[in-house]
Amino acid sequence: MMEKMIFGRYVPADSVIHRMDPRSKLLIVLLFVCVVFLANNAITYGALVVYTLLMLAMSKVPMRFVFGGLKLVFILIIFTFLMHIFLTREGPVIFELGWFKVYEEGLRQGIFISLRFFLLILITSILTLTTAPIAITDGLESLLGPLKKLKFPVHELALMMSIALRFIPTLMEETDKIMKAQSARGVEFSSGPVKDRVMAIIPLLIPLFVSSFKRAEELATAMEARGYRGGDGRTRYRKLVWSGIDTLMLLLLLALTILLIIFRT
Amino acid sequence: MKNSLVQIRNLSFKYDEHADYALKDVTFDIYEGEWLAIVGHNGSGKSTMAKLLNGLNFPKEGSITVDNLLLSEETVWDIRDKIGMVFQNPDNQFVGTTVQDDVAFGLENHGIEREEMIKRVHDALESVKMEEFLDQEPHHLSGGQKQRVAIAGVLALRPNIIVLDEATSMLDPRGREEVLETIRQLKASQEMTVISITHDLEEAAKADRMIVMNKGQLYREGSPEDIFQLDEELISLGLDIPFPVKMSKMLKALNIPVSKHHLSEEELVEELWTSHSKM
Repeated sequence: MMEKMIFGRYVPADSVIHRMDPRSKLLIVLLFVCVVFLANNAITYGALVVYTLLMLAMSKVPMRFVFGGLKLVFILIIFTFLMHIFLTREGPVIFELGWFKVYEEGLRQGIFISLRFFLLILITSILTLTTAPIAITDGLESLLGPLKKLKFPVHELALMMSIALRFIPTLMEETDKIMKAQSARGVEFSSGPVKDRVMAIIPLLIPLFVSSFKRAEELATAMEARGYRGGDGRTRYRKLVWSGIDTLMLLLLLALTILLIIFRT
Repeated sequence: MKNSLVQIRNLSFKYDEHADYALKDVTFDIYEGEWLAIVGHNGSGKSTMAKLLNGLNFPKEGSITVDNLLLSEETVWDIRDKIGMVFQNPDNQFVGTTVQDDVAFGLENHGIEREEMIKRVHDALESVKMEEFLDQEPHHLSGGQKQRVAIAGVLALRPNIIVLDEATSMLDPRGREEVLETIRQLKASQEMTVISITHDLEEAAKADRMIVMNKGQLYREGSPEDIFQLDEELISLGLDIPFPVKMSKMLKALNIPVSKHHLSEEELVEELWTSHSKM
């Protein structure tokens, strides 16, 4: 179950979006997050929707993966929509039922804001669904590279992320093992009152923490034995390749931005 | 006689939090191209020995010289280049997210050019027969496979000495055999010096030379044949003798003629099944 939650994210496939450099994908998402706020009427929102759907189609990710992961988000989006319907009191009334009135501005705001929210989630989902976590880490390290001059520990941060990613399955396995061991000793993880179930996490977490610290120490020793002494003078085995597609995709987003600036009111 | 590659002289070490010395006045040599097994039960100081060799801890007294370099704070990184280590837990020494990233980790640390890295990663994985697993993630590998990747990681750095610090103790019998076979082949083909620190005497029996440690001191040094003659003494040190040796002894006691105390099961079986035809 837990495995699905985290590893269900990346869906390997062969598509234009999959082949893109993680750096360009990260940049596009970052820019898109800003661009979304330019939209303020039907035409501009329409353009955003078209762009996002185009990206989704190009990623070749099966719909069930996209929407399967968004179930929780939909609740949030509907909640946002209802908040606007109830709380915005501007413009003419378009619907009336007793004390309950829906204003035109409320409906408009509700649709736009929840659409904005939805598009943001969708575009970041496309990023995580089409990019392996380690590629995202590499991309981030490369993009944040200039910050090294400001003494920001970019390399350390990226190494931390990649080690964390590498140890997720190991720790999952360990959690499973400890859970079984503690169940054999009579701990109830899945039944009984909520209070008891929460308390049952303690005998799970403590052995997990103890062993994680032990692992960390051994890993540090092993890294040192293999000559690790920080990021200076290190070369990289993984190489990021910026290709024509990446430039093209960035230009496409730029075109969208210009379009939005022209048509916004 | 072969050249002495590592000289350990009057070595003593004490952990700050313990009152007793973990190692006391230990002196021995490691020769080029040999397979040396350091045995001893828990707390005998054998793992401390491994950590000192690689400068992960520094001795309180005495000295270690590796390939004419005296181990000190200044030379520790050069010495680590000469000594590759494989540790006990296969999971806790796997740094990369995939097999090839892990083998490349040590190379990246040494600032080796990318083209050279790719070549070395492939060569190293080929010599441990893991070249098909390039993009595999560690949680899909068996313990023995992970240890072979760790060996490849060490090999890629081309050290003179490879130290196995209990490297087979967490593996199942098949994984253990896999790893030892890999080491045997590497030693034969690449003139590597191997130091295996172990409490598995079957593993030690395959070494060229053995050192028995007890309570932080060097107890006995000799060939596996010599060491296993000590049987009662070994047992009193908390060590056992390998099954084939025990078996040969028991057969002798029953007046069944076996030529010597065999160190490996294969040798013993070979003599037993051919013995009838000689009568």
